Amino acid sequence: MSAQAVERLYAPRRPPLAGGVALGYLSVIVLIPLAAVVAKAANGGWHHFWQVAWNPEARAALGLTFELAGGVVAINAVTGTALAWTLVRDDFHGKRLVNALIDLPFALPTIVAGLTLLALYGPTGGVGVNVAFTRWGVLMALLFVTLPFVVRTVQPVLIELDRDMEEAAASLGANRVTIFRRIVFPHLLPALLSGIALAFARAIGEFGAVVLIAGNIPFKTEVASLYVFQHINSDDPAGASALAVLMLVISFAVLLGIGAVRRWAVRHDR
Amino acid sequence: MIARYGSLAYLTAILVAPVSLIFWRAFEHGFHPFWAAISNPNAVHALKLTLEITVVVVPLNTAFGILCAVAIVRHRIPGMGLVNAFVDLPLALSPVVVGLALYLLYGRGGWFGDLGFQVLFALPAMVLATTFVSLPFVVREVVPVLREIGTQQEEAAATLGASSFTTFRRITFPAIRWAVAYGVVLTSARSLGEFGAVSIVSGGIAGRTQTLTQYVQASYENFDQTGAYAASVLLAALAVATLFLMTVVKRGDRSS
Repeated sequence: MSAQAVERLYAPRRPPLAGGVALGYLSVIVLIPLAAVVAKAANGGWHHFWQVAWNPEARAALGLTFELAGGVVAINAVTGTALAWTLVRDDFHGKRLVNALIDLPFALPTIVAGLTLLALYGPTGGVGVNVAFTRWGVLMALLFVTLPFVVRTVQPVLIELDRDMEEAAASLGANRVTIFRRIVFPHLLPALLSGIALAFARAIGEFGAVVLIAGNIPFKTEVASLYVFQHINSDDPAGASALAVLMLVISFAVLLGIGAVRRWAVRHDR
Repeated sequence: MIARYGSLAYLTAILVAPVSLIFWRAFEHGFHPFWAAISNPNAVHALKLTLEITVVVVPLNTAFGILCAVAIVRHRIPGMGLVNAFVDLPLALSPVVVGLALYLLYGRGGWFGDLGFQVLFALPAMVLATTFVSLPFVVREVVPVLREIGTQQEEAAATLGASSFTTFRRITFPAIRWAVAYGVVLTSARSLGEFGAVSIVSGGIAGRTQTLTQYVQASYENFDQTGAYAASVLLAALAVATLFLMTVVKRGDRSS
């Protein structure tokens, strides 16, 4: 009996109630509210939308957001892979504690993340730097909250990776850089891309961790999320909605990208 | 060697040192100032409100998460593609956009602007915002497990005459229970720590609609560093407890 036939046989026993309830819940919580943002942004037509979304302040905020997210991606690609490598291939005292610590940014409230960075690297930190109200501070906050993404996507692939090929390459005279570049890295790439994409999406939208550090200075430290927040507070929901819709589109694009990477990895691997 | 010391130095600079410092700052003048700051009526109210929201949101999203995962994996019905596409969205979307969405929907002139009771700047909107941002965790944990266990046992139970509820209770749920537990831990952590979406829809009035994360921000901005550090330490302790629970649940999963 084919899988479809089995499903037809049992389908009547399983009314699609679960699906209906799930769809209804998702509509009330997610879909209808997001539709309200899109409706607000589209209220005056496309021409009006671009006029509102494309003013100099919004452009500066978006530009800075992309710049910072790019930096976050580049730094995380290196440090995340190095951390995953250290946790899988290396052995040292306290490794399990370090492994547990990686998840701390997921569990720690973002406002606390921002406050901790200000405590150490802010005006009263005592380490000789002051990143408060600077782009460097915003970058640090984004690095804090995105730390787990690449580690947690790359780590399981590294654990599963068969070391026979690396040993074969080594016995044929390849040095460690060549082995990493030609054998390990291609296997890690899909996971690395997924991790990077998640970190990118998070960096584009992060608010809690950056709000205290950025101090919200337009054209200097105002990222997209701060722009939206600021324009809600100054009673400009149309301006806030225009940028929010762009952020929504970016989030969707990232999720679609991750899905595409996964399908590509499944097709080309194993 | 380079990978080890380089990556551990990075971890220390960006995470370990700053987090350790706020613990030190909160207790540097002893336990008494910390206790005084944390038992301030506004701080106590903020903690209570945060717990209230979490207690409402976690069961809602757990029930939805299980239903949704079953619907995605086990039923091929129209509309589930849409659910599948949107269920991950809260992970990739800015909490500010979530807050704005609720602000527009339930605000003055919004589609649900007049329901006969206060939604915006009150508990209902704060619950809705927190529900939105913590929606995907249970679904994402349960879906892969449901895929992996397959349908053979469920079909056997159904063939032997078990109702679909009995099948779920006796066969499906025991198989997914660790995944559910892990999802519940993540949902709770996210609910306790939510800031951006809630701060747009709550109004943030001290002692009334201020959550603990908002209390941290308000204290810091009012130059009450002791209060901000004390509340932060409380939240950080909850986060560490979350990490501990995650480890426990993972171990339970492995041993079962």
